[in-house]
Amino acid sequence: MKIETRTVNGVTILDISGKITLAEGSVDVKKSVRDLLDSGRNQILLNLGDVKYIDSSGIGELVSSFTTVTNKGGKLKLLNLTLKIRELLAITKLLTVFECFDDEAEAVKSFS
Amino acid sequence: MDQEILSKIHLTLYSDIKYLDIVQSVSDSFSAMAGFDEEEVYKVGLSVREAVTNAILHGNKNDPAIPVGLCFQQAGDRLIVKVTDQGEGLDERNLPDPLDPDHLLKPGGRGIFLVKAFMDNVVINTPDGGGTEIVMEKFNKEGEKNED
Repeated sequence: MKIETRTVNGVTILDISGKITLAEGSVDVKKSVRDLLDSGRNQILLNLGDVKYIDSSGIGELVSSFTTVTNKGGKLKLLNLTLKIRELLAITKLLTVFECFDDEAEAVKSFS
Repeated sequence: MDQEILSKIHLTLYSDIKYLDIVQSVSDSFSAMAGFDEEEVYKVGLSVREAVTNAILHGNKNDPAIPVGLCFQQAGDRLIVKVTDQGEGLDERNLPDPLDPDHLLKPGGRGIFLVKAFMDNVVINTPDGGGTEIVMEKFNKEGEKNED
């Protein structure tokens, strides 16, 4: 898994690629999010467009990241869900929890 | 009705998550060989991965010395996968419902739920000798279509 960070209009976007699985080190997502919170950045958009595979551990990391950011008064949203990730979030009812976007500009605008 | 076993593979792996990608590769290859389409191969692979993860972490308590057993069988139009551990035994009644609003934001507890969502039949046994055996089946719907 690879995570690259950039900022657009005050929103920190994490471009995640590869697999978010237990074996691949799914905890890296949570760690990256915690590092952002520690540096005062709490408007976070996870771009999952290049995530090829996710397991229940990876879903757990997304949930854990979401609750950590929310509890710190910030917002964490998702961008570019693949069909497989969307299906997993749908059957686990997590689409009702996460705000999800297919358009980056629209997603960034939603934070303001 | 019992169907002829067309293919069968037994694997034994020690309880370490580093083997999960290998397990999934075997699952993907076996179900593709059994004639399942790409989407079904993915669903079987994720289910096998989750069941083996459960066996390693919760059954064998992440003890690398304790083995996890894995058996793939193709019988007629069915794929049957058995995953066994040597833990204390999984009681389904104790598994929290991950869709319950009280559990929705918990980081864990979705593995077996996904197995049940993606496979056609799932039975969790606790054999007398101890441990847990998860038996999951997937029917090849492409095969049914071809027979029509």
